[in-house]
Amino acid sequence: MRSASFQIHLASKLATALLAVAGSVVLLLALTRFIPGDPATVILGSRATPEAVAALNARIGLDKPLIEQAFAFFGRLFSGDLGEDVFNGRPVLSLVLGALPNTAALAISAMLTAIVLGVPLALVSARWPGGKIDRLVAFLSVGFISTPSFVVSVFLLMVFSVTLRWFPVLGAGESGDLGDQLWHLVLPTAALAAGWVGYIARLLRSSLLEVLSESHIRTLRAYGVSEAKILMKYALKPAVLPTVAVLGMGFGELLGGAVFAEVIFNRPGLGSLIYDAIRTRNYPVVQGGVFVIVLLYVLTNLIADLSQSLIDPRERARLVSGRGAVT
Amino acid sequence: MTAALLTIENLNVSYRGRGHSAHILDGVDLEIGHGQSVGLVGESGSGKSTVAFALLGLLADNAEVSADHAAFDGRTQDFAKRETASLRGTDIAMIFQDPMTALNPMFSIGTQLVDIQRRRFPKESRKALWARAQAVLADVGVQDAAARMHRYPHEFSGGMRQRVVIAMALLVEPKLLIADEPTTALDATIEAQVVEVLHRLRQRTSASMLVVSHSMGLIAELCDSVVVMYAGTVVESGKVADVLHRPRHPYTRALLACEIDPFAAFDPSQDLATIPGTVPDPSRRPQGCIFAGRCPARHDRCSEKPPQQQAGDGRTYACWLEAA
Ligand SMILES: Nc1ncnc2c1ncn2[C@@H]1O[C@H](COP(=O)(O)OP(=O)(O)O)[C@@H](O)[C@H]1O
Ligand SMILES: [Mg+2]
Repeated sequence: MRSASFQIHLASKLATALLAVAGSVVLLLALTRFIPGDPATVILGSRATPEAVAALNARIGLDKPLIEQAFAFFGRLFSGDLGEDVFNGRPVLSLVLGALPNTAALAISAMLTAIVLGVPLALVSARWPGGKIDRLVAFLSVGFISTPSFVVSVFLLMVFSVTLRWFPVLGAGESGDLGDQLWHLVLPTAALAAGWVGYIARLLRSSLLEVLSESHIRTLRAYGVSEAKILMKYALKPAVLPTVAVLGMGFGELLGGAVFAEVIFNRPGLGSLIYDAIRTRNYPVVQGGVFVIVLLYVLTNLIADLSQSLIDPRERARLVSGRGAVT
Repeated sequence: MTAALLTIENLNVSYRGRGHSAHILDGVDLEIGHGQSVGLVGESGSGKSTVAFALLGLLADNAEVSADHAAFDGRTQDFAKRETASLRGTDIAMIFQDPMTALNPMFSIGTQLVDIQRRRFPKESRKALWARAQAVLADVGVQDAAARMHRYPHEFSGGMRQRVVIAMALLVEPKLLIADEPTTALDATIEAQVVEVLHRLRQRTSASMLVVSHSMGLIAELCDSVVVMYAGTVVESGKVADVLHRPRHPYTRALLACEIDPFAAFDPSQDLATIPGTVPDPSRRPQGCIFAGRCPARHDRCSEKPPQQQAGDGRTYACWLEAA
């Protein structure tokens, strides 16, 4: 009985996650049918024989109804098969796994940068609301949040790589040379993180201010607990919950943003892989790549949700057991 | 007689709002002797909490505070500059009204009980502070204190949380202990238990106390003297027994009449609804006697501000009625 409610909670979360993944795969398969231009014609050229077109359609699964295609996709999935590249027959899974580390490195470094810069800015803004730093951060973050990351990417590329030549223009750096790889990571990270720094700074600031006005903070002040301790310990922990939830969703958005950044900075990764595959109508690769992104998106949301429950002792107690108040 | 622990003369507080300012406290005098327990009574909205928070410099940022003269333990204090903030958690401790919101939901009781002692005992180790906290927690009637120290507020009932809040106040061994409506948020049976804890505390500690309540019953139980407030002014003050048995001010009489039995548990739903009329709007205070609008004994002179009258037994009241 002790952990029954936790299992139910987890099961319902997992069920929702699976539904989301399944739904998006069906949507994805449907979309490929409605994108203008017959894939077989684009791939094989306009002079292809009808036999060749039929053979290709059969290989991609376009000769069957959508539902059947979806079941076939999931069926293969269980044996770890994401399909094959239409041009060279390489397994999509290995293409995706090969591209994933670059994308993950970019998304993670952008997320960490956003946290490392955003949290202190939020703390300072909440400590002196209406002060110089608070107003500056408010002003800048509105600017960065409303500018799409690919615009920032192009701007950074022009200024720091092309004009100033401080950073490399293209690629992900020599494999095996960590320093070079990090060097190549700086600009795309900055482009992706810029909006998120502001977002975290503002979001966390407003939850901090809300918590700071609560009675339990007044209790601590009445006992002369230092403002620094109140802010960094007693206000930060409850205030961080909404931010964690947003970060979970934000990570998925970062992966989306990484697609643009990879294309602009010409970095190998999931984004470039999908982008090239769309241009050449290499549908199995598009499907496999987007599927993995959706999977990561759902997974990070799940992790964010569970870590929220771990931070909050009330949630923790609610999840782990049915124990009520001690009277 | 030695100098009082706390004296304030002519305390004024107004809250700045958009375009106007509400004058909440109008010339409040307060004196608390060493080891003495003073009650502050009045219906809700009369400014009792404002007095309590002003003592700690804990009022909201939009508050403007002034006092002619104020001293704590022989040292003058500038209320306008919130100098008393330096007394928080060392010389003055506070018990808050609502135990459900007074504790941080994300940290264990033990952690909070340790951190509130840091200012008072800066040299003690965390371990020593933890041990003190555990002992005091047991002392205020929390069973199995060692284990409860590791528990979170949501695992405590309202009455138990209020004991934790009381333990906080005891832990810093203050010279003045302020309790702002310590039982109002609790239901009747729990209230009786908490009153019992406060009562024991009253007999054991040498600290002075300021008990804020709208219940004369609670104050009769815990205090030596009482200050009756109405709409931000002191209308009567004196020894509890005197004020209770021979109230001079019509407002005090009305207040007592509302409580059928001052020693019975107070029912907040029956607050002072039984006094006809309402408290005047603080931003538009009447010229003369503040209570005139609701006073059953109102007469012509009440349009002038009544003088502070002294009765022999250290009693003061502000009313024209029994003016010589
Ligand atoms: N920050 C504030 N700004 C404006 N008015 C306030 C503020 N805090 C309290 N007040 C007003 O001051 C008056 C007295 O409040 P309070 O001291 O809490 O009374 P009591 O404790 O006797 O119920 C009330 O009318 C209340 O609305
Ligand atoms: Mg109050």
